[in-house]
Amino acid sequence: MQMKNKYEDKSENRYDINRFPNENGHFGPYGGRYVAETLMPALIELEDAFHKFVPDPAFQAEFKELLKNYTGRPTPLFYAERLSRHLNGARIYLKREDLTHTGAHKINNTLGQTLLARWMGKKKIIAETGAGQHGVATATTAAYFGMECKIFMGVEDIRRQAPNVHRMKLLGAEVVPVDSGTGTLKDAMNEAIRYWVAEVRDTYYVIGSVAGPHPYPHMVREFQKVIGEETYSQILDEAGRLPNLLVACVGGGSNAMGLFYPFLNEPVDMLGAEAAGFGIATGKHAATLCAGTLGVLHGSKSYLLQDEFGQIKEAHSVSAGLDYPGVGPEHALLKDFKRVSYVAIDDNQALEAFHLLCRKEGIIPALESAHAVAAAMIEATKRPAEEIIVVNLSGRGDKDLGIVTST
Amino acid sequence: MNRINNKFKELKEKHQAALVGFVTAGDPDIKTSQKIIKTMCDRGVDILELGVPFSDPTADGPVIQRSSTRALKHGVYLKDVIEMTRELRKTSQVPVILFSYYNPIMSYGTKAFYKDAMNAGADGLLVVDLPSEEANELISSWNADEFAFIRLVAPTTPKERMARITANASGFLYLVSKTGVTGSDGLDTTDISQHTDLLRSVTDLPICVGFGISTPEHVNTISAFADGVVIGSAFERMIEENLDSPDLPAMMGAMTAEFKEATMLAS
Ligand SMILES: Cc1ncc(COP(=O)(O)O)c(C=O)c1O
Repeated sequence: MQMKNKYEDKSENRYDINRFPNENGHFGPYGGRYVAETLMPALIELEDAFHKFVPDPAFQAEFKELLKNYTGRPTPLFYAERLSRHLNGARIYLKREDLTHTGAHKINNTLGQTLLARWMGKKKIIAETGAGQHGVATATTAAYFGMECKIFMGVEDIRRQAPNVHRMKLLGAEVVPVDSGTGTLKDAMNEAIRYWVAEVRDTYYVIGSVAGPHPYPHMVREFQKVIGEETYSQILDEAGRLPNLLVACVGGGSNAMGLFYPFLNEPVDMLGAEAAGFGIATGKHAATLCAGTLGVLHGSKSYLLQDEFGQIKEAHSVSAGLDYPGVGPEHALLKDFKRVSYVAIDDNQALEAFHLLCRKEGIIPALESAHAVAAAMIEATKRPAEEIIVVNLSGRGDKDLGIVTST
Repeated sequence: MNRINNKFKELKEKHQAALVGFVTAGDPDIKTSQKIIKTMCDRGVDILELGVPFSDPTADGPVIQRSSTRALKHGVYLKDVIEMTRELRKTSQVPVILFSYYNPIMSYGTKAFYKDAMNAGADGLLVVDLPSEEANELISSWNADEFAFIRLVAPTTPKERMARITANASGFLYLVSKTGVTGSDGLDTTDISQHTDLLRSVTDLPICVGFGISTPEHVNTISAFADGVVIGSAFERMIEENLDSPDLPAMMGAMTAEFKEATMLAS
C-alpha cells in the first residue's frame, strides 16, 4: 500500500486555495472588514472594481506590459552556488526581487493598485510605509501615472530609512511624518486610515501588504502572485522539478504570499521567517505568528502582538519593513492548517546572513530579506544536496547601509 | 436599555433633544474621571458615552487620541470602565453607552463582556470598527431589549445600506456628521439635516448626530431636526486644558449645563 502524501490529502484539513477568502473576505476565522462605517462603502466599491476591472484582458495586458518593461520582470531565479557550497547542504536558489525597478517586490503591488485606481477614476493616492520601500514604489507608480501622492511614515522610520525619504520626495510625493505612538509602521497606517476616512470620496489607499480590510489581502496576493508563477516555471526549466522548500520573510506577508500562492496545491514545503528582534524571550520582537494572539487591528482579524487588555504592543526589529505588530490574515490560516511553518529569526541571525550573502554572492540584501536567507541557511544545513530551496530575495539592501554599518 | 427608551420618550414630551456626552473613561485618571462623569450626569447629560481607552484609535482625531493615551498611562482598561459604570449607577440612572474599538472587547471575551457590562448597569455598546457585516459574532446572543448595540450610519452610507443597518438596530442610531475622524471641524449643518431626513425615511428609532459638534449654536441648530446631539472632543478639550485644576469637574458641569440649555427648543 502506498502511503498517502500529505499534499494529496483531500479532506477538510487540506488548504483549498479556492475556498479563501469567502465572499465576505474571511479566511476561515481571520480577515474580514473591521473598519468605521464611513469606509465601508469605499471598500465595497473597491471590491467591485477589483472583480470587474482586474480580470479584464485590457487591464491584464497593461499590467503585464508594465511588469515587463517598467519593472523589469521576469526577475531571475539565481542559483546561489557559493553560499550553498559553503553551507554544505541543500541547493539554495534566490528569486531576485531585489532586481526590480525600485529594488523590492513592493512595486508589483503598487503598479497593480495604481492601475486599478486609474481605472476607477481616482486622482489621489495615499499609502503607509515602514522601510520606505512601499512608499518609494507607490511614489514611483503615482509619478508614472501622474497622480497626486501622499506617503505616511513614522518619524522613527524617517530617521532610519533616510535614503528612501529622499527618493519619495524626488518622485514628487509628499512625505507626511507621523509622530503618534512609536513613530513606526503601525502608527503610519493608523494615520493613513484617519486621512482616508476624511478624504475617502476621491482618494485611493494603496495598502502595502496582504493586510488590512477585505479586499486588500486578496487583491495584494493577486498582484504579487507573479513572483511564484515565474518561480514555478523557472525552476522547472532550471532543475526539471519543483523545489522542496520555499522561504520568505513575513512582515505583513506580501512577498511570502506572492511566492507561496502558486505552489499551495503542490507538494512543496513552505517556511515564513518572522523577525525575532532582540529575541522572543525579551518581548522585543515582531514575531506575530510565532508569539502573538488573536485580535483585530487595521481592519482585519489575525494574530497580533498585544497585552492582556487588548492594547497593541510595539514591535521591534532591526528591519523596518518587518517592524509591525500584525500579520496578513491568510498567513494566520495557513499556520492553523500547518500548510506553512513559521520561524522567528533574531536581529543577529539576520545581520549574519546579510554579511554572508554580501561576501559569498556579491549581493547586498534588504534586512527584511536577510531574515529569509537566515532561515534558509538553517534549513539548508539540515537537508541533503539533492534538495532545492527557493528563497524570496524580496529587496536590495542599499537602504539599510546606515543601519548595518552602525551595528 | 429601557433607560434609553424612557429617556427619549421623556425628552420628546419636554421638546428637548438628548445631550449625549462623551468622555474617555479614566481621563485624566480614574478618580477625577469618576467625579467628572457624576457631575456631567447631575448637570444635564441625558446619555453618557464612556470611551474605552485604546492604543490605536483610528477613527479619532488628535484630541481623543491624546485622551486615550492619558487614560492608558494610568492603566485604565475595559475592566475599569465597567467598574466606573457600576460606581456611577449607585447614584445616577442616566443611560450609559460604552464606546469602544473591537480589540479590547475581544480580548476581554465577548460573552464575559456582555454579562459584566450589563450587570454593572451599562445600557449598550457602540463599536467604532465593527460594521454590521461583522457584528453578528459579537451580538448574536444578545437580548437587544436589554442591551443595545448602537449602530453607526455615515455620510457615505447609501440609502439601501442605511435600511440594512437599521433593520436590526435598537436603542438609537448614531449618525456621523462628518466624513472624517472625531473632532475635525468644518461642520455643514445643511448637509447633516439632509442626511438625518434620509435616515429617518428608513427608521423610527431616535437619531443622534455626532462628530465635530463643538458649540452650543451647533447643538441648537441640530436639535431642531435630530433627536440627540453628541459632544465629545469639546469636552475632552476642556479636560486637556485643565488637567491640573481642582475645578475641572465643576467646569465640566458648567459646560454640560450650557450645552443642555441649547437642546431645549422653543415649543
Ligand atoms: C524588501 C522588503 N521585504 C519584505 C518586506 C515585508 O513586507 P511583506 O511581508 O508584506 O512582504 C518589506 C516591507 O517593507 C520590504 O521592504
